[in-house]
Amino acid sequence: MSTATTPIDRAAPPESGPRALFHRLRHGDEVAHVVTLTFAALILLITTLLVFELWIRSAPTRGKFGFGFFWSGVWDPIGGNFGAIPFIYGTLVTSILALLIAVPLGLAAAIFLAELAPRKMSDTIAFLIDLLAAVPSVIYGLLGIFVVVPLMRTTIGPALKKTLGFLPLFQGPNYGVGFLTASIVLTIMVVPFIISVSREVLLTVPREQREAALGLGATRWEATWKVVVPWARTGIMGSVFLALARALGETMAVTMVIGNDPKIRESLFAPGYTIAAVIANEFNEATSDLHRSALIELGLVLFLITFILNGLARLLIVATERGGGHS
Amino acid sequence: MNRLRLIWRKSLNVVMLTLTGVAAFGVVAVLFLILGYFIWNGGTSLNLDFFLKLPRPEGEVGGGVANAIVGSLKLLFLAAIIGLPIGLLAGVYLAEFGGKTFSFVVRYTTDLLNGVPSIVIGMFAYSLAVVPVKHYSALAGGAALGLMVVPITVRATEEFLRAIPTSLREGAMALGASKWRTIATVVVPAASGGIITGMLLALARVAGETAPLIFTALGNQYWSPGWNQPISALPLVVYNYAISPYDDWHRQAWAAGLVLLTLVLLANIGCRFVINRRGVRSV
Amino acid sequence: MKKTAFLAFAVLCLAVAASAQSGTVLLNAAGATFPAPIYSKWFDVYHTAHSNIQINYQAIGSGAGKAQLTAGTVDFGASDMPMTDDELAKLKIKALHFPTVLGAVVPTYNIPGVSADLNFSQKALAGIYLGTITKWNDPEITKANPNVKLPGDDIVVVHRSDGSGTSFIFTDFLSKVSPDWKSKVGAGTSPNWPVGLGGKGNDGVMGLVKQTPDSIGYVELIYALSQKIPYGFVQNASGKFIKADLAGVSAAAAGAAKEMPDDFRVSITNAPGATAYPVSSFTWLLIPSHFDDASKEQAIKGFLAWMLADGQSYNEGLSYAKLPPTVVAKEKKALSQIQ
Repeated sequence: MSTATTPIDRAAPPESGPRALFHRLRHGDEVAHVVTLTFAALILLITTLLVFELWIRSAPTRGKFGFGFFWSGVWDPIGGNFGAIPFIYGTLVTSILALLIAVPLGLAAAIFLAELAPRKMSDTIAFLIDLLAAVPSVIYGLLGIFVVVPLMRTTIGPALKKTLGFLPLFQGPNYGVGFLTASIVLTIMVVPFIISVSREVLLTVPREQREAALGLGATRWEATWKVVVPWARTGIMGSVFLALARALGETMAVTMVIGNDPKIRESLFAPGYTIAAVIANEFNEATSDLHRSALIELGLVLFLITFILNGLARLLIVATERGGGHS
Repeated sequence: MNRLRLIWRKSLNVVMLTLTGVAAFGVVAVLFLILGYFIWNGGTSLNLDFFLKLPRPEGEVGGGVANAIVGSLKLLFLAAIIGLPIGLLAGVYLAEFGGKTFSFVVRYTTDLLNGVPSIVIGMFAYSLAVVPVKHYSALAGGAALGLMVVPITVRATEEFLRAIPTSLREGAMALGASKWRTIATVVVPAASGGIITGMLLALARVAGETAPLIFTALGNQYWSPGWNQPISALPLVVYNYAISPYDDWHRQAWAAGLVLLTLVLLANIGCRFVINRRGVRSV
Repeated sequence: MKKTAFLAFAVLCLAVAASAQSGTVLLNAAGATFPAPIYSKWFDVYHTAHSNIQINYQAIGSGAGKAQLTAGTVDFGASDMPMTDDELAKLKIKALHFPTVLGAVVPTYNIPGVSADLNFSQKALAGIYLGTITKWNDPEITKANPNVKLPGDDIVVVHRSDGSGTSFIFTDFLSKVSPDWKSKVGAGTSPNWPVGLGGKGNDGVMGLVKQTPDSIGYVELIYALSQKIPYGFVQNASGKFIKADLAGVSAAAAGAAKEMPDDFRVSITNAPGATAYPVSSFTWLLIPSHFDDASKEQAIKGFLAWMLADGQSYNEGLSYAKLPPTVVAKEKKALSQIQ
């Protein structure tokens, strides 16, 4: 009695156990998935490790000073007394001042590129401005020392003193290095970011908005300033946060022109210090655990601030690109 | 009354729009000013000695930055080996395999890593790569730079992979290729132009970084053999020479800065040109 | 084609990179900027004579030199401030101090229109750095310089931003001559400066002074000399104004030469003697007493022996004073403590 064997009868039984695993592995998809997943997870691991290291190694000062670290203005490695205020002050003053100049400047340039310039010119100029963003920090530092500092001492400083010298901001000796010089250098460094992101955000504003405004009799400028820019305002805010985060973390250019004095001063001509600058100058030489821990805690603070700012920035930019600046 | 207001609005219009133009051209002018300064101050110092000789003792005139140039290349090489594979494979994961929440977390963390100030990365690399082995090294410097290369590479890889149309993938699969085969032999090669330019941009970015190197590579007057010795690099030379009082060192700082600037700008011009031509949003 | 080119390039890179010449002894050191010019000269000359020994010295400041020695990331350190007992206790391997040269810390200044050498009294220097004397034509300064027309400009004070042995030497001097300074600030490598700009390293301070009108800074003698920037006379313990030079520095070390302690840690600021320059100091190499690597130990001992003999002949050319012969003899004996 012959049984007709069909191909289905002849087919191998479904595999099970180790053989099945091996067979699936040989197909490579699972392997690829696992391998790439591992590398993606590696990024998570490294970043977590980074935060962990910052946290753990700042334990000595966190334990000793607690939140008092943020109210204290004394930085005395010999006496073992550390406080973050002068550096937070310096970091904030230089960055905010830089933004005060960079935002109007950058926004104006972005408006020109998005609204007025013909497409080709706009693209070329945007391209060149992107190049500015790629210039390394130490290059700006070099220019800072040999160009901006003498300029500040001989030209800008005296001019400001003559015109605005009644404000305590512009009193006191003008060294050439100091808060103002650092802010100017930072301005040049962050303007490209503001221009680049703002321009892109402005370009996403729907044409109907502009046309509606123009149709109602607005001038070009009015249409831009009163309709287009407000529409994109969350994205523009995002670019400002990005620029701020960049300015806060800037190290080399700042430390070369700020004067390196951990004090809070009213005058913008005075020397100051930022978190990044003090870490760069003192980390290699911190003998006591407390000193090193203080520097790492400063780094942790910087990290947290830039983290929050970058997160907010991204949210704002994405929100604009999705739906526009409805309040 | 209305007439006046109209004139006011029209003049304001002209003034403001001109100002925006001035702003835009002004910022571009800064770029050319920077280039100009470097070419003017550094160009004259670019002689053969500069490229081929080692530094002279402090205070003496002459010598060059040959070890810094080679040092920068070695560090970039290390950064590439360490950072590019991680970036590439993570990018592949995000574009091809990722689940929703995990991908979100990875992307968010990558952005976070991108925003970490380079000085903090330097501190991290110091405690992980210098302290345990008890010496400064090219490896530690390369690791710090490699870490900074990762986020840019991830973004570039993911973006360019996503830009490849699904029809290409489906075509390959219809011909019997498994998923990983499709990715490896069809999709990635198709996106390779963009991915490679993204990688080059990442390397150009870290080539100019100084802060992380202060705590990891330290610096070296001589050639740095192998990977375990402190090593010199162009940004370190620019920094140290710039803050010194020696005129000759200032000269060399400008020249080193010019070399660095040229490399970074050329890489950026080349890469961005390629990316823009492909029409994908730049990295 | 592109693939093979890339591969070849990669292999070439690896070859170049990995080529550690066999038999080369690489020593890494870090520390003071005070003696950096003579150290870099010495290491260069020594390397030319012994091409298999390479000493990479990074002048990142005495504070960093001590810290990195403690962390074990460098083979030896250099500092103008001897390690305190506390600092020595933290070391895993006991370290020995070896004085190398005698140097001077000078007050260097950049006052437009003033090229003369100024006399600085003890009170003047303390007052300037405390911030109580703010203008160049302050009576404390003018009364010591009757023939010089000093402007009424604000004094721009420059100090070190990094942990510095030079700062220690200067503040050690100030602490000895000004009770005010001693109580308010004290002596150390990173004092809490009441006023001033911070420059990184001796060269950073020199650079700032050079570029900033009306400034005053303290640097090692060679930095002011090489930049041709004026530096002043300092009032010593006998009340005389002395300009830093080899004779003055050696006179300051005379007492220490006779009674050098065994561990070579000594301060010679404000030394007695009519001709002594008051802001003088030894500077030390901090050498671990034990090296695991025998070739490193040999190299270091060889260098130190050379430094104590032929090396000293380079000192005066760079305006550092030679070590007193008694100190040299004592150090030669101490070499045997390195194992």
